[in-house]
Amino acid sequence: MNSVRKAADEMNYILATDVGSTTTKARLFHKRDGEWRFLVAGEAPTTVEAPYEDVTLGVRNAVREVEELIGHQILLDDGRGLIKPFVDERGVDLYCTTSSAGGGLQMMVAGVASTMTAESANRAALGAGAIVMDVLAIDDGREDYEKIQRIRSFRPDMILLAGGTDGGTIELVMEIAEIIKSAKVKPRLGAGYKLPLVYAGNKNAGGDIQKLLDENVSFRPVENIRPVLEVENTEPARRAIHELFMEHVMSHAPGYLKLMDWTDVDIMPTPAGEGIAMQLIAKVENQNVLGVGLGGATTNVYSIFDGRFVRSVSANLGMSYSICNVLKETGIKNITRWLPYKIEEGDVKNRLRNKMIRPTTIPQTLKELMIEHAVAREALSLGLKHHKSLATHLKGALKERSLERALSQEVEEESYIKMMKINIIAGTGGLLSHAPDRVQSMIILTDGLQPEGVTRLYQDSVFMMPHLGVLSTVYPDVAWNIFDKDCLIRLGTVIAPSGNLQEGEHAFDVKLEMPDGVTIKKDMKFGDIIRIPLKENEIASLECSPHKALDIGSGKGVKREDKIHGGIIGVIFDARGRPLAFPDDDNTRRKILNKWYSSLKLYPIDFSND
Amino acid sequence: MNNKKKYSSKAYAYTPGLKVKSFEVVRKTRLLPLPGDIVVELGSYVGFDTIVAETKVPGDPHIIKASSLLAIEPEELSNYLVKKEGDLVEKNEILAKYSAFFGLSKRVVTSPVKGYVETISNSTGRVIVREPETNLLIKAYIPGRVVEIMPYEGVIIETTAVFIQGIFGIGGETHGPLSIAVDSSDELLTHSKIKDEHLGKILVGGSKIDYSALKKALEVGVKGIIVGGIDDDDLSKFMGYDIGVALTGSENLGLTLIVTEGFGKISMSQKTFEILNDYDKLEVALNGATQIRAGVLRPEIIIPHRENVEAPIKSKSLDIGMVPGTKVRIIREPFFGRIGKILSLPINLQRLESGSRVRVLEVELDNEICVTVPRANVEIIEE
Repeated sequence: MNSVRKAADEMNYILATDVGSTTTKARLFHKRDGEWRFLVAGEAPTTVEAPYEDVTLGVRNAVREVEELIGHQILLDDGRGLIKPFVDERGVDLYCTTSSAGGGLQMMVAGVASTMTAESANRAALGAGAIVMDVLAIDDGREDYEKIQRIRSFRPDMILLAGGTDGGTIELVMEIAEIIKSAKVKPRLGAGYKLPLVYAGNKNAGGDIQKLLDENVSFRPVENIRPVLEVENTEPARRAIHELFMEHVMSHAPGYLKLMDWTDVDIMPTPAGEGIAMQLIAKVENQNVLGVGLGGATTNVYSIFDGRFVRSVSANLGMSYSICNVLKETGIKNITRWLPYKIEEGDVKNRLRNKMIRPTTIPQTLKELMIEHAVAREALSLGLKHHKSLATHLKGALKERSLERALSQEVEEESYIKMMKINIIAGTGGLLSHAPDRVQSMIILTDGLQPEGVTRLYQDSVFMMPHLGVLSTVYPDVAWNIFDKDCLIRLGTVIAPSGNLQEGEHAFDVKLEMPDGVTIKKDMKFGDIIRIPLKENEIASLECSPHKALDIGSGKGVKREDKIHGGIIGVIFDARGRPLAFPDDDNTRRKILNKWYSSLKLYPIDFSND
Repeated sequence: MNNKKKYSSKAYAYTPGLKVKSFEVVRKTRLLPLPGDIVVELGSYVGFDTIVAETKVPGDPHIIKASSLLAIEPEELSNYLVKKEGDLVEKNEILAKYSAFFGLSKRVVTSPVKGYVETISNSTGRVIVREPETNLLIKAYIPGRVVEIMPYEGVIIETTAVFIQGIFGIGGETHGPLSIAVDSSDELLTHSKIKDEHLGKILVGGSKIDYSALKKALEVGVKGIIVGGIDDDDLSKFMGYDIGVALTGSENLGLTLIVTEGFGKISMSQKTFEILNDYDKLEVALNGATQIRAGVLRPEIIIPHRENVEAPIKSKSLDIGMVPGTKVRIIREPFFGRIGKILSLPINLQRLESGSRVRVLEVELDNEICVTVPRANVEIIEE
C-alpha cells in the first residue's frame, strides 16, 4: 500500500472500487471548478473465483469500462497497475477499495452466555464488517461434540472469543477455549498460516487461554468486551479484527497482495465502508437512521438509533448467490404474493434456482425483474428481523426499573428499534441502485421494511456508499461533498400509520400545504396508497388525522402536524396498514397489487388482464 | 476526453463458459486433508480405484466433566486422577475416582470411548478423551499417470480425456460405464426408461428428469445421472430438503446427479449430447460437487481416452474476451439456452424491456434472427 501523498486541493482524480461478491464496481471522482463530484462508473464481474483467481483482473476490467466511457487512461499500458499520480491528462491521484469478494470476512464467535458475552462478541464482529457463521456459547443448547463438529465443518477466517467479566470466574471461558482447541480448527484460506483468534474475555483468563491455544492459533488479546455486565466495550475487538483482516485474511485471498500494493488506503470490508456512510447520514441529519445494503450474497442492516450504532450482516440473504436462501427462509408464497400476474410457484422456483447457478445474470423482461423485486422485499424483511434481534438492550445488566416501565411490561429482550421512531431509511446495493425507476426502489424499501409514521427515504444513486465510506477515512470533506451531491438521492417521504382496519374503511384525512400555496386534501381509505409529487429541497406542511385505531406517530387517533420533505419521487401516503396484510384469495390479491402498482406508476405494464 | 467510440472492440469476459471438450489434458490433484503417506510412484499408471495416498485422521474428542461428576472443585481434580495425559484408555475404564468417609462415599469417572487422554484441565475440571485415529484412503478418481508427487500431501494424476462441465450437481465422486437412456437431447428421462440393466451405470438423459425417475434410478442402483434440466420441486423432494446456497457434493443420496443446463425442462446442449453418445458404454468419472461462490466449482464429467489421442489445434482462450464473431450461449430468459454469434458490442447503455439501462450485445441466433441481450446474460462457448 502506498501512503496518501497529496492534500485534497492538489488532487484531480480519485478512483475507488468495491470488489463485491458478484461484481466489481469502479467509480471515478473528479474535481471540477474546485468541487469534487462523481464522474463515471464502470463494472465488471469479480474475478476472485476460478478460472481467474485474481481480483485485480476484475478491477482492471471495471476500470477499462471507465476508460472507455470517458476516454481517460487510468491503467498502465500493460494493464498491470494504475497510473498514479494524475499527470498529462492520464491516471488518478488516489486509489482506494472495499471488498466482500470470496465470502468477505467470515468469522466464528464464541462466548460464555449466549445472551451476554456471546451476543456482545457477535455485535463486535458484525460491527467490524464480518459475516458471522456461527455463535457458540456454553448455554446455546448444543452438546460439546455438536459444537466441535460445527467448528470443524467451517473453516473461518478468524475467531472472536469472549466470556466472563474481569475478575469473575474463569472456568466457563476456559471450557469454550477447550472446545475450540479440540476442534483443531483450520483457517479458510491456505494452510500456511495460523488461524487468528481475538480474545476479548475475562482478562484474568487470558494467560491460561493463550497457553492452551497457542499451538493452534495466532493469539491476539484485547480488552474485555464486557469488563462488567453493564458495559459493552466492542471497539478494541473491532480494531483488532480489522488489523488481522488485513494482516492475515486479505493477504491470502487470490490477488489481494497485488491489490494491496495498488491501493493508497487500507482495504476495508464492504459492510464497514457502508456502515461509515450510514453513520455520516445520521451525523449530518442528526436523526435516527436505518440503513440497508442489499448485496448479492448478504443483506447488511445498519441502525443509528438514539446515537447507538449497530450493524448486522445476514450471511446468505442476498440477491444472487444467496437468492435461494431467501426463498428457503421466507417460503415461495411470501415471494409470489408480491407478483401481480399469474405464474406457477414451480416456475418461480426454477427461475430463482437459475439465478443462483448463474448469479451474474440480470433480468431482461419485466416479469423477471418483478420476481427479483419480490425477493428483495423479503430479503429486507428477513434482514431487519435479524438486525432487531441484535439491536437490543444489554442483557444481564442491572437496570433501574421505573414504575412506568414495569407497568408497560417492556421486556428486556425486545429490540429498542421502533419503526415509528426511525426518521430516515437509506438503501444501497446493486438491485436498489439499478432499479429502472427510482419509485421501484422506494417501494421495495417501504414494503420490505414497513416504515411507520413519517419517514424520509434515501437511496444510493449508483452504488457508491462503500467507496465513499472508505474514502472518508482519509478525505472526509471530499467524500461528504460527493455523498451529498451525487450519491444520496432523496427519494421523498413515506407517511404510513400503524394498525389495521377493514379494506375501504376511512383511514386518515390529509391536508398538505404545498410550497406554492396550494392545499391538497385527501380522504385516505384503508388499503390505498398514493403518490403526490413534491420536489427535492421542497417542504410541505402536513396535517394528518388518523382513525382512532391507527397511529401516525402522535398516538392512536391523534392528529399529527409536521413538515414534510420532498424528493425525486415525492410523498407517498400509505394506508395499507402495519403490519401489511394480503388477502388469501389469489385473484383478489392480484387485483389489489395491480391497484397499488398502477396508483404509484411502479411498472410500465399493468397486469390487470394477465 | 474526446476518444469516445460507439462500439467496443471487445468486452472482457463475463460468465466463463462451461467446458464441453472432446480433448482436454485433465490434471487432478488428489490431496490428503492432513499430512500422510503417498503410496504410488512417480510416473506409475493408476486406475479409477487405485489408492494413491493415505493418512490417519484424529478421532472425535469426548469432553467429560470430571470434577462435576466427582462433586469436587476443578483444581482438586489432579488429586483424584488415575490416568494422565497421553494414556490409552478402554471404553468404561476409570479415569478418576473419589473416595471419602473411609470408602463409604465413592464416585468414579469412566471413559465413554476407547481412545487416549488428550487434555486434563485443572481450570475447568474437564478431561478430554480422543477416539483412536482412523485410516483415510485417497483414491485416484481418474485413471492416468502420476505426474507429480507432493510429499506427505498428495499427488497429481494426468490423463487426456473428454471433459464436460455441468452447471449444477449433487453427490460426490463416482465412476461407471455410460449408458444413453434417451434418443435425443430434448427427450425426458422418465421412470419407464430406467431398467434393471442400468445397475452400476451412468445414465444420460435429455431435457429433464423427475422425482419418480430419480427414485427408480436409486432402486435399480444407478450410480450417476447426466441430464439437461430438473425442476426444483423434484430435486427438493429427492434430497429431502431445499438447498439454500449452491454448495454441494457431500450429499450421500446413493447416486451422483449432474445437470448440464439448468432448472426446468431444458434440452441438453446438442454438442454435449453428441459427445456423450460417441462414448456410450465407456467408463466415465463424474463428480457432482458444485460451489458457486468462494472458488467456483462446477460438476464434471471425465471420460478418459483409452488410446493416445492427438491434441486438436489450441482453442481460443477466454482471456481474449468477447469480440464480434464469438460464439455465445444466452443464459437467461427470454432467449435462455439459445446459441448465437456476437454481431456487435455497443458501448452506450441500452434500455431493456424491464426498463433497466445496461450494456448489451447484439447476437445473431442460429435462425439468423438478431437479438439484443445484456452482456451479463451470455457465456462464451469455447471452441
